[in-house]
Amino acid sequence: MAGKVKWVTDIEKSVLINNFEKRGWVQVSENEDWNFYWMSVQTIRNVFSVETGYRLSDDQIVNHFPNHYELTRKDLMVKNIKRYRKELEKECSPLAEKDENGKYLYLDFVPVTYMLPADYNLFVEEFRKSSSSTWIMKPCGKAQGKGIFLINKLSQIKKWSRDSKTSTFVSQSSKEAYVISLYINNPLLIGGRKFDLRLYVLVSTYRPLRCYMYKLGFCRFCTVKYSPSTSELDNMFVHLTNVAIQKHGDDYNHIHGGKWTVSNLRLYLESTRGREVTSKLFDEIHWIIVQSLKAVAVNASPSLTSSTANDRILKYNLINDTLNIAVPNGEIPDCKWNKSPPKEVLGNYEILYDEELAQGDGADRDLRSRPGQSLGPKGSRSRDSGRSVLTTWK
Amino acid sequence: MLQEESDLSLIIAHIVQKLKSSNLYAQLERQAWGSWEKRILKSLNSMCSELSIPLARKRPVGEQKELLSKWNEMGTDEPDLSLFRPVYAPKDFLEVLINLRNPNYENGDSLSFRTHLGLIQVPLKVKDIPELKEFFVELSLNTGQLGIDDSTQVPPELFENEHVRIGQKVLAEEDSAAAQQYVRQGSPTALRAELWALILNISSQPEDALYYEQLKTNVIQHDLLVDSLIYKDVKLTASNDDYYFVFEDYLYQVLLCFSRDTSVLGHFAYNSASPPKSYIRGKLGLEEYAVFYPPNGVIPFHGFSMYVAPLCFLYHEPFKLYQMFREMYVRFFFRLHSISSHPSGIVSLCLLFETLLQTYLPQLFYHLREIGAQPLRISFKWMVRAFSGYLATDQLLLLWDRILGYNSLEILAVLAAAVFAFRAVNLMEVTSLAAAEAVLADLSTLKVMPLLQIFLFATVT
Repeated sequence: MAGKVKWVTDIEKSVLINNFEKRGWVQVSENEDWNFYWMSVQTIRNVFSVETGYRLSDDQIVNHFPNHYELTRKDLMVKNIKRYRKELEKECSPLAEKDENGKYLYLDFVPVTYMLPADYNLFVEEFRKSSSSTWIMKPCGKAQGKGIFLINKLSQIKKWSRDSKTSTFVSQSSKEAYVISLYINNPLLIGGRKFDLRLYVLVSTYRPLRCYMYKLGFCRFCTVKYSPSTSELDNMFVHLTNVAIQKHGDDYNHIHGGKWTVSNLRLYLESTRGREVTSKLFDEIHWIIVQSLKAVAVNASPSLTSSTANDRILKYNLINDTLNIAVPNGEIPDCKWNKSPPKEVLGNYEILYDEELAQGDGADRDLRSRPGQSLGPKGSRSRDSGRSVLTTWK
Repeated sequence: MLQEESDLSLIIAHIVQKLKSSNLYAQLERQAWGSWEKRILKSLNSMCSELSIPLARKRPVGEQKELLSKWNEMGTDEPDLSLFRPVYAPKDFLEVLINLRNPNYENGDSLSFRTHLGLIQVPLKVKDIPELKEFFVELSLNTGQLGIDDSTQVPPELFENEHVRIGQKVLAEEDSAAAQQYVRQGSPTALRAELWALILNISSQPEDALYYEQLKTNVIQHDLLVDSLIYKDVKLTASNDDYYFVFEDYLYQVLLCFSRDTSVLGHFAYNSASPPKSYIRGKLGLEEYAVFYPPNGVIPFHGFSMYVAPLCFLYHEPFKLYQMFREMYVRFFFRLHSISSHPSGIVSLCLLFETLLQTYLPQLFYHLREIGAQPLRISFKWMVRAFSGYLATDQLLLLWDRILGYNSLEILAVLAAAVFAFRAVNLMEVTSLAAAEAVLADLSTLKVMPLLQIFLFATVT
């Protein structure tokens, strides 16, 4: 092994720095020769912007793909998925199959969504069709639940009407842009509460697509009981699960932070709903992730702030496993690497999708005949090519 | 049906009426239980007078309406509980057990018992490892187990698939005895809720639902002092638990009704304890002026709500949850906090634990004793709570499968000993009780079945 990996970061978080130090890597500044740079989103933007024209050399790795914002921003994400679907349809791919009502059979995982103000008129048409529905407004460029609100009357979003006298064309800027989606008001509740899922996915290469899912994801619960009643539309504690929001609620408990591990969730669902339904659910979640990646997108900045002691440990281990996969054996990065790491270094990651393996020969792969189950607590297995994905996933 | 309902209301109202201005006096039946009972009742009494809160009162109509509207989210209620303290905690109960003496012991009953160096000084008969191996034969190394043989590395064709198939058959045939035998090897997650109900013979009939509604009505109409104790317990324990915090509201719905359920009094017929009684002032000892308090005769202690919490992973309708919990309580859990000589009673479990340790891990046992860390002082709380809140939920459920399967709580003592055996190397190096506690503080990563199997079947004895 030639030298030690030289690292830089502009994020002062112990879960990162401890991991670099324990590998004996050498900290350098960004002006020096570095191998590994864990960048904040702002820095990524600068590094890869057209103006600076910075190019990574063969022995450099960063923690975000240049196009990560294709999924960070909600409007871009929606555009990508819609475009992806259309492309598949054009290719007559079986993935783009629809049912009698025109609904996608396998790609229906995003609720009806429109961009505002661009699609305002289309939205109004749809809004009028579904009479008493609730819609959720989310600002395109914000995170942590900021600026989100629910509406059930057109008057509440008058501002975004293109014809409105108050709007200006300046509002095309990212700050004013929103996406509006049909709100799903019958979410699965546990203990009467709404929750969401925080899953970690590592993408090591896009072409071929290689991604890993961290086994230890978690659910975040609302502190307040869910109520679909219109009087509670304004109560963000009922509807939004982001920790940043829930943290300020009266009932927020600092010992557990309102979280469950995904394996808890699985246990609960299997116990109360049965195995088939639960396996199907997790299969579909994994499916959505892979399809979204294929439509090109990765959330740029997972929160590295730890809210509880357990959380800190989780994130430390997460970064540890991430580094083991991204920089195997602590070697100096080389762009010519065949980046498929051996199974032992995966840690708590499972192979979510490996395009190379998927398109390779089936003969030497270890296929287990476990009906209806692809990923779960039972470990990973490789996937068939796009065509027979349908038979193993569904 | 209507008659029963109004009878129940009458009883509760009767109790409330009588308790309006009364103190509690314990009726001394068995000396040991009697004096313990006296203590906890005294504690309850003094809390009562200190805080000037009656043991029971009828709620004004406005308050009733409010409670009814908040029935599904009592967790958001923030009554001032700072002045309430749990009536007792497991460690208080342990002190009582340590001081138990069998009056016949003086005649030198059991020679071997003289060498017993543990805290329990009552010479009850407990099983040794050969007897345990026979009793728990289905846990042996040659038999498939859920919790071991369903892990990632084992192909499901070897055991799991067939086991699941058998489980489905047992359920289809509604065979309670077969179900009990079946879960000795563990229950598949998806079948567990039904299997446990089948084993305990719980079928949800309309009259059961009505009974629960009646209890709920009683909660709405009358406020009991123990309600505050229940609130406090849930807030202190389940609400802070990584797994169970989600179910906080269900716990109130179950426990408040439970404390008013006079049918629970029935279990005292086979429990050597007796329910605490209250007498109208000045009428001490006159049975016609006696009333049980709380109505179900069970005074909750610190951690009591943890008996209910794991069941929330299986049953999400409050009424079904209630039925299952009540049955689990009157069959098993009550034995963990009453004094008796029953093999599944807490005294026997403590003795079993200590004997196993002293006999099969003597070095460890002596070492811990030397440094002032009597093992029972650490393991007691695990056993009293049937390990709820100490193990990961999936592991706990596998353990409780075996409690139901063997209709015995002895497995709790065996597991406690197995945990010590597992961490023996670290424990041998500690030099204080605090350090020993630290080594055993976190059981959340333990896999229960391998531990039990190794301890019972793979340790050289």
